[in-house]
Amino acid sequence: MNNMAAAAWSRKIGQALLAPLIALLVAMVVTSLVIMLAGASVGDFLSVLLRAPSNRNWVNIANQSVLLFLSALAASIGFRMNLFNIGVEGQYTLASYVAALVAGLAIFPGKLNILVAIVIAMVVGGIWAGIAGVLKVTRGVSEVISTIMLNAIAITMVGYLLNTYGQQYGQGRRTKPLSADSMFVGWVPFDARDGAIWTLGLLAVLAGVGISFLINRTRFGFDLRATGMNEAAAVASGVKVKQMVVISMVLSGAIAGLIWLPALFNGAAYYGPPFQRGLGFAGIAVALLGRNRPIGIAFGAVLFAWLNEQANPLGLLVGISPSVVQITQGVVVLAVVVAYEVVRRWATAREQKALRATLDKAAAASTDNDAKAVAS
Amino acid sequence: MRRTSKIAAVGLVVALALTGCGRSDTGTSKPGSGTSAAADNTICKDAKGDTKVGLAFDVGGVGDQSFNDSAYAGLKKAVSELGVACTTGEATDGEAESAREDRLRTMADAGMNPIVAVGFAYSEAVDKVSGDYPDVNFAVIDGFDPTGDAANDNVAYLGFAENEGSFLVGAAAGLKTKTNKVGFVGGVHMDLIKKFEAGFTQGVKAVNPKAKVLVGYIQESDLKGFGDPDGGKQVANGQLDRGADVIYHAAGGSGAGVFAAVTEAGKGQWAIGVDSDQYLTAPDDQKAHILTSMLKRVDVATFDMIKSVVDGAPLKSYSTFDLKADGVGYSTSGGFVDDIKAQLDQWAEKIKAGTIKVKTKP
Repeated sequence: MNNMAAAAWSRKIGQALLAPLIALLVAMVVTSLVIMLAGASVGDFLSVLLRAPSNRNWVNIANQSVLLFLSALAASIGFRMNLFNIGVEGQYTLASYVAALVAGLAIFPGKLNILVAIVIAMVVGGIWAGIAGVLKVTRGVSEVISTIMLNAIAITMVGYLLNTYGQQYGQGRRTKPLSADSMFVGWVPFDARDGAIWTLGLLAVLAGVGISFLINRTRFGFDLRATGMNEAAAVASGVKVKQMVVISMVLSGAIAGLIWLPALFNGAAYYGPPFQRGLGFAGIAVALLGRNRPIGIAFGAVLFAWLNEQANPLGLLVGISPSVVQITQGVVVLAVVVAYEVVRRWATAREQKALRATLDKAAAASTDNDAKAVAS
Repeated sequence: MRRTSKIAAVGLVVALALTGCGRSDTGTSKPGSGTSAAADNTICKDAKGDTKVGLAFDVGGVGDQSFNDSAYAGLKKAVSELGVACTTGEATDGEAESAREDRLRTMADAGMNPIVAVGFAYSEAVDKVSGDYPDVNFAVIDGFDPTGDAANDNVAYLGFAENEGSFLVGAAAGLKTKTNKVGFVGGVHMDLIKKFEAGFTQGVKAVNPKAKVLVGYIQESDLKGFGDPDGGKQVANGQLDRGADVIYHAAGGSGAGVFAAVTEAGKGQWAIGVDSDQYLTAPDDQKAHILTSMLKRVDVATFDMIKSVVDGAPLKSYSTFDLKADGVGYSTSGGFVDDIKAQLDQWAEKIKAGTIKVKTKP
């Protein structure tokens, strides 16, 4: 019996891995076709993408994975209950700006400043996402529409505030830089010039474990999953769906608020030109790739970070635009959804076949017995 | 239900990924489909020489018919006149700060010297990287030293007096307008672009005090304002509706929309290009409407930097390419400003002589 459970378990894992692998393969084939059409060499492309990363590449991949993971985790919370929070981009832009602004004022000393900024970022992100949640439950506004609009508002507002009140800085503006004692030095695995792993990468671990626990092991998580699977049934069994919508939007926004903080407190020191845009949208793709499960998201984040980092010198080394890797990323997300469905159907069909075979055997045996009984 | 919503989500993501990530490709009518996937490195493929130049492009890369193309023109000139070898690298939209650093380090590790970074966005990355490669000469177009600490001996910051060039095209606009209303379309409402606005407005007022300048920006801070022709068209149309008949854009790739709006508005409406001589790259139907272009000679700066290294006396610290240094100016292609050229050149002389100070802030 134990053996059978183990076999079923490994089959399940195999199925879970099969779909992403197929998707990755399809994505590579499509990208290769595009590169061939553009008249460049696929071999060159693959050799750059699959080359061994240098020390600094490893550091960058690790750091970027953290940001992508947080972004995808934020998106996944809503997705688990069929809430499409497309507003992660705006939520983390606004939260990063406010956190950097407040931390730059240095109201609190040293590292306490960082803690305060983290809380503020979560509150700001949560409130901004909460607006969409409240609009949905009170006025029936689709969260897809409202979050996209809130993105535009947040990005424009941050731009206005920065342009109006920001510190003059070369050709641009920035918030007041953090003092050195409110910064982390990170962990330097190789030489100093290869860069440091950001200390607040720990946030990703904490958030991942925390959200995983919340969704899988608590009443709230059960309600959330139940609402996602069948809202009518959830309502019938006493889940307060409206309340759930607002809470999960706020939670999603709070996690979104964390996205850029590891970079802020380890390298950037202020909100300004080095702010990394686009993570919110990339996170949605990673969340879909990881099937909204923290473990899956972690793999997806590493894959995307790897592709981004390795593709960066494509133009330099072999004369292919690094933008082609966005095709790979886009196709992988599309393909993975299809692949999961195909694998699921295939698995179901196989199970049914196996079941039918067993039943047929049993039926045959029983008719045999019947026949014997009649004969005797 | 779940499946349909999942498909909806995927559709959304694809749409967002295309708009979010594909910005670098919008707005530029690239000749041939090959250029977007395979960067046009033709000049570097056969170039040979002792000096190896690394050129790191801003978002958009070769083919933007504006900023990056101008830098590429400078590189081409250096290859043919100075006999240098080269490699180029391109930025992707929304990339990490570390990606810019990595691009510069890869070039430095490969023995490139000088390394020219195109665009102010490289300022921080050059500051971090230059210290680790004291023997390599770096240059940042539009750049500055973000730390302001001990200046980096091996970095040149190549800036431009865009306000002076904008003054001249402003004067042209002020002289040509019949409605006494002219428009300014900025890509992103940032200090760099406000410099264009300030010079333009001053130029208009200098020749035509009665004229009114309508100012519009496409984006407040989102850099996609430089690659958004639809946005440019909207702002330009708004100004045309309010009676403007000459519109100057400082919006990179979004300028294509400004040209389109002016062309659709018909005869007697003018647009003014920016960075490169945009008369030369515009479609034929738009050519009749491109009065002049404010030239920002990124090609001159790029070439000068490479030449200084070849000559053994690398540029360092801040250099400003102004009217005097032929770093900015206006174009005469099309011959639409021939009748006022003498006047414009007089203004140019006054600026060069310092009798007119052009503002840098509106």
